Amino acid sequence: MRVTVIDYKAGNLTSVLKTLRHLGAEPQVTDGDLSLVETAGRIVLPGVGHFAATERLDATGLTGAIRASIARGVPFLGICVGMQWLYAGSTEAPQQPGLGAFAESCSRFPEGSEKVPHVGWNSLEVRDGSRLLAGVEPGEFVYFTHSYKGPVTADTAAVTQYIEPFAAAVERDNVMGVQFHPEKSGETGLKILRNFLAWDAKGNPC
Amino acid sequence: MLTKRIIACLDVHAGRVVKGVQFVDLIDAGDPATQAARHAREGADEIVLLDITATHEGRQTLLDTVRRTARELFVPFCVGGGIRTAQDAEQVFEAGADKVSINSAALADPDLISAIGSSFGAQAVVVAIDARRDPAAADPVRDAQVYVHGGRKPAGRRVVEWAREAEERGAGEILLTSMDADGTRAGFDCELTAAVSEAVGIPVIASGGAGTVAHFADVFSRGKAHAALAASIFHFGVSTSRSLKEELAAAGVPVRLPC
Repeated sequence: MRVTVIDYKAGNLTSVLKTLRHLGAEPQVTDGDLSLVETAGRIVLPGVGHFAATERLDATGLTGAIRASIARGVPFLGICVGMQWLYAGSTEAPQQPGLGAFAESCSRFPEGSEKVPHVGWNSLEVRDGSRLLAGVEPGEFVYFTHSYKGPVTADTAAVTQYIEPFAAAVERDNVMGVQFHPEKSGETGLKILRNFLAWDAKGNPC
Repeated sequence: MLTKRIIACLDVHAGRVVKGVQFVDLIDAGDPATQAARHAREGADEIVLLDITATHEGRQTLLDTVRRTARELFVPFCVGGGIRTAQDAEQVFEAGADKVSINSAALADPDLISAIGSSFGAQAVVVAIDARRDPAAADPVRDAQVYVHGGRKPAGRRVVEWAREAEERGAGEILLTSMDADGTRAGFDCELTAAVSEAVGIPVIASGGAGTVAHFADVFSRGKAHAALAASIFHFGVSTSRSLKEELAAAGVPVRLPC
């Protein structure tokens, strides 16, 4: 199965590519070849680092191509900053708009007694009906490393608690995002990526 | 709830895991890829691979080892030893590491921290600090000194101050090894770990001195550590990650138990 992986020069893609291959997918990387987005079977937008790096998606025309693919129903998964980009924006780079698939904005964890960034394995409270997180049981953990997060809304697929509740995953039809790193989250992460690779518009069980 | 991390550390020499005391009398302890996968299966939250020889000639061997180890590893994977430039780091990331640990190279050239961080993100940069209490100082813990060359040579920096600088320069985590405690199996230096953890906003990984499960519980509570490195405790058959974590859970420490 062909999966188009977007490279916007924010961090390395090795782990994501390796994990997709392990699951039998054939990842193809693009940093500006729009035809790979226009013909994509599935799209993954990884990303670590600063929200401002997503400016490159606008500069290369990838933003428009991704928007059109999503509108055609292509399954899309954003990871970490790739999930944050699905919102209207982030206070990390207020001048840089996100895709706006979700109307809210991302913000930094409030400073206090706990460390920011949130680094390590934390649990998921999966909401009923999530197809991306189907089969993830209470007590399973995933690996996070981030300082900014999305708010809990009706589109939140899983909530995690750190300082305050935040959106660990977001999902509306074919648009999905995870704040954690499924490629670094052991068997639980592999299960979630398998769900994404099995996702289809007919709603077949993941 | 965010759990405390148990990090399995593999010392590697010429492509093999080795165990020994103070890097002498090395005993072959197996293949890094096999050992890393075993630790991950048993519940280690992260794997650190430390190239203890880190010679120039060994670079290619290390990259091959990293590549083979990363292939079937789906937990965070950190590589240290011999990373002196941003290009060295890039090669290690391309081979499949998620983080690099830098120590003396960061002391020699602190710009290295931001150079790696700006390309790969702060979460990919672990600054390792080898520390000794300073018995001559008014406050031996707060004034603890940074050491290099395996703990033999003082670097002329105070640990707390260097940890703060590393954070300001963009380190994502601090890996703090107490050279006083290392190898003693008498417990982590909790006072020193707490002093560093209180001084920085980034997570601190405690290392050096683990001998019992209680030592881990202690460094997570009194030492305010977010993670702890376990090396020899596994090598000598004291414990697997699974049994270590089960005992920690029973003691009330939040840990991720393997499924």
